[in-house]
Amino acid sequence: MITLEKVRQRAESDAKTYGYYLNPDPQFLQDLLEGLRKNEERYGYPACPCRVGTGNLELDRDIICPCDYRDADVAEHGTCYCALYMRKDLYEGKTPINPIPERRPPEKQARAYGPTAAATPAAQQAPETKPNVSTRPDLVKKKLWYCKQCGYVVYREDPPYVCPICKAKREMFAEIEISTKLQG
Amino acid sequence: MEKIRVSGKNKTHKVLVYAISTCAWCKMTKQFLKDSDVEYEYVDVDLASEEDHEKIRKEITRLGASPSYPTLIVDERTVITGFRKDKIKEALDI
Repeated sequence: MITLEKVRQRAESDAKTYGYYLNPDPQFLQDLLEGLRKNEERYGYPACPCRVGTGNLELDRDIICPCDYRDADVAEHGTCYCALYMRKDLYEGKTPINPIPERRPPEKQARAYGPTAAATPAAQQAPETKPNVSTRPDLVKKKLWYCKQCGYVVYREDPPYVCPICKAKREMFAEIEISTKLQG
Repeated sequence: MEKIRVSGKNKTHKVLVYAISTCAWCKMTKQFLKDSDVEYEYVDVDLASEEDHEKIRKEITRLGASPSYPTLIVDERTVITGFRKDKIKEALDI
């Protein structure tokens, strides 16, 4: 079982790596870390404490802390959705810390919580309108993406918001298309 | 769906909070209402059944907001998303 101290160390180390700061309010921080610990205990992975996890890894992958939306949220609003990670000016109290809007796309939420989430694989599916986001966990379609700036390669549903290696933005990612040819 | 009632002297408005048990903003919202002595009910949606969670999402959407937490519903019509102290104060006349 994971301890609160371990969760704290992980968050501190991640903040340091990415140049972020953890919430300066000791009680608020403690509550979030305890939330992460509880989620790791009940789901098996540290799902965001401020969102509802499903316990299905494929559906929750984008909200595992640090979530896919953190970098974009810190860049735009100064904090992540939970206000666990933040920019220096907010940490130092120069900018107030306020709740921010949810960035997670509605279709991903719908996939996690919608009626199809609990449906059996045999259930009929409505035609898919969003090409990148499937409504069923078994249909999550992963692709290979590479960062055009540093060459980092990742295998997942969507490209990351920010390259974890060189910090290039999402637009710098391109899909790697693989084709095989049989000869002889 | 089981709603937990927190008693308070101020019963002017019917206040319902949809929260997440692990969320620090939700905890602050509950604490703020308690400190303001406002009577309210809450549901921790992560501890509710999937069926109830779906009902809650539909209810919030029906009232014109998007389902993220905490969500405060005042008198079954005014929705406040997130811990917005000023908006809560205004809606509750406190």
